[in-house]
Amino acid sequence: MSDTPGDETRIGVDQWVEQSEDRREKYTGWTAPARRMFDQVSPGWRLALFLLAAAAYPFLVRGSDVRIGITVLLLAMVALGLNVVVGWAGLLDLGYVAFYGFGAYFYAIVASDQLPAHWPTWAAIPVIVATTALLGALLSLPSRRLVGDYLAIMTLFFAQIFLELVRNFERLPFVPDDLDLTGGPNGITGVEPWELFGFEINSQDLFGGVLPNFSRQYYLALIFLALLIMGLHNLNESRTGRAWRALREDTLAAEHMTIPVNRMKLLAFAVGAGIAGLTGAMFAAVQIGVFPTSFTLFFLITMYAAVILGGSGSIPGVVLGAIAIAYVPELLRDPGKAGWLFYIGLGALLYVMVKRWDHVAVTVGSVFVFGLIVRFFSGRIWDESTMGEANDAFMSRLMDDWVLILDAQRDVITNYVFVLAIVGVMLVVVARAWWRIAALVPTLYFAILVWENKLAFEPSITRQLMFGAVLVVMMAVRPQGLLGTRRVEIT
Amino acid sequence: MKPVLELRNLSKSFGGLQVIQDLDLVVGAGQIVHEDDPVVGHVEAVDHLDLSLAPGEIVSVIGPNGAGKTTLFNLITGIYEPDDGDIIMDGRSIVGLSPEEIANLGVARTFQTLRVFLNMTVKENVMCSAFGNTGARIWQSVFRTPAARREERQIAELAERKLAFFGDRLMGYRWDQPAYSLSYANRRRLEIARAMATNPRLLMLDEPAAGMNPAETHEITELIGKLRDEVGFSILVIEHDMHVVEGVSDRVIALDHGVKIAEGSFDEVATDPGVIEAYLGYGAADTR
Repeated sequence: MSDTPGDETRIGVDQWVEQSEDRREKYTGWTAPARRMFDQVSPGWRLALFLLAAAAYPFLVRGSDVRIGITVLLLAMVALGLNVVVGWAGLLDLGYVAFYGFGAYFYAIVASDQLPAHWPTWAAIPVIVATTALLGALLSLPSRRLVGDYLAIMTLFFAQIFLELVRNFERLPFVPDDLDLTGGPNGITGVEPWELFGFEINSQDLFGGVLPNFSRQYYLALIFLALLIMGLHNLNESRTGRAWRALREDTLAAEHMTIPVNRMKLLAFAVGAGIAGLTGAMFAAVQIGVFPTSFTLFFLITMYAAVILGGSGSIPGVVLGAIAIAYVPELLRDPGKAGWLFYIGLGALLYVMVKRWDHVAVTVGSVFVFGLIVRFFSGRIWDESTMGEANDAFMSRLMDDWVLILDAQRDVITNYVFVLAIVGVMLVVVARAWWRIAALVPTLYFAILVWENKLAFEPSITRQLMFGAVLVVMMAVRPQGLLGTRRVEIT
Repeated sequence: MKPVLELRNLSKSFGGLQVIQDLDLVVGAGQIVHEDDPVVGHVEAVDHLDLSLAPGEIVSVIGPNGAGKTTLFNLITGIYEPDDGDIIMDGRSIVGLSPEEIANLGVARTFQTLRVFLNMTVKENVMCSAFGNTGARIWQSVFRTPAARREERQIAELAERKLAFFGDRLMGYRWDQPAYSLSYANRRRLEIARAMATNPRLLMLDEPAAGMNPAETHEITELIGKLRDEVGFSILVIEHDMHVVEGVSDRVIALDHGVKIAEGSFDEVATDPGVIEAYLGYGAADTR
């Protein structure tokens, strides 16, 4: 658009408004082609492609790695349920994990030696889903007049009550001493697998014990996830889905547009809880047992992370978020893969800081030269500073020739370098233009040094650290989540 | 013939502050029912109002800031419950009903501070209003049964019809845009379209011309007239812009401190000494 008055490229207010979406967020940056392609694929085909890729997964990985896939699918399912409550209806429900736990315990109790009642799966599942949905509706009753933080506190309390009830069931009044339904802190073991239409999900081993068949569990979870996605997609495009979103946007206005707000809130809670109950029951069968520790706030936070990272309100977003949240930590177990992630993350961060590819190249080159110089002098002064063995991974071997790999005093020195790196980060944040690059060079070098000398050898610490860093960077770059749409609160 | 809306002796106070006092009003009956009470009672805010609307009648409510106009709207639409008096819609009292029930009975409104659903598309905003008049159960929606599909198509058509009412302002490419991308004036139009889609008998517009430029104000004036003539709504409108009030009103009510100080044609109300005094202060009427 030209600034010259009378220029025919000038546009009127209406056109300006028309183009506002494009200016705002659509198709900018290097992800643009991918996003454009994604938009051209209809939801049905997207689902089909996703299912195809997901169905191929068990063939591509080693047997026990399929477990990770099951974890991912279960997280995706339960996060989709949470998305109904949080992403669509806009109700900040922190008690959601209780419904998941309720479904799991319900199934464990009715399909094990606990009662003993060995309900067939086809009977247990509908009952569990209905009961959990009812519980969700009931728990929403006292909180239906609350919104935002108040609702969050109230529901958080429900989650805690559930956990305490499960842990201390036998000590409750009116419960006979010999009736220990939930198994207290020890949980319930020996939960039976699902068996639907004569198709058993786990296989029996030679001695009649249950042997988990990961592939079958995986495909069962995939089928349920696919059904869930289709159902929720239809629901989102219906009067019910619109009513939920309207009540998220403006409850008062929704009420005046003939939407029964309290009933819709109750319905959102019930639908979300029902999905959580279903997933919980599947989780119990997959685990062959349930334990109170699975249903703590940590899992609640994981679910929220999946929803928020993927893009609250978007079905493909939430599924992608669940994949990222459940899969990335597994990826980081392997120091080699973690190294890749570290350097990719560092590269992304570098690009975000300087925003120009030529500057990125200059910086990377400078870091390399800086490393060579440091190594040269350091080797002269104290030769043990270059004698260490790098972690044997591809990326680490690349660093071998120019990054100091210490042999002695490793911990002490990396701690000091870590402090230097932090100072460097502060300088980078305040510095502008070329000064920023000047500060970036030693900072990056120190970061690499710390990584190669310490973090690469301690995957358990690194895992959490890296994961946190990925989330922080991700949310800073795309606050609306991977596939979410930016929401405007006040204008 | 029963009036669309009738207020009898309506009163509301907030923590000792009387906001509406003894208000009577009939809207949509063709004639004014409660004309007998000489108003100007207590100096309090909407104190006992009586108002009534005839079908296809436009009644404007004017008054200085804090006169109780928006409170009156909030009382009619069920946000507040009156302390005293009755609100009668088609011969039936609607006092104590929830806003959603009142909306289902045929009262739709817009808001002074815009309340469109910002992060939904323009079309979805209007489609939301069909909730009360549609009945697809949740399982029908999940499985997309033929009945649910049919209903969904009808809802979309309804929304498109309502949006078409505003000419090309809200047409075509705008349907699938999020409402936040609309200009201020278009958001006002969208709010009116959304209110229309609830299929109301009484449309209540809270300052429809606020924040609009003269051309847009002129347009909205014509639009309100069109709503009455073509769609047959009874309209209750709060407005500060006297050009709009003059242009659309069949009848004007002036409020001050919740008391009806004048009622009649625009000219009658505009020259009423009490009204001039309310706006400009004591003695102002003499200097005119």
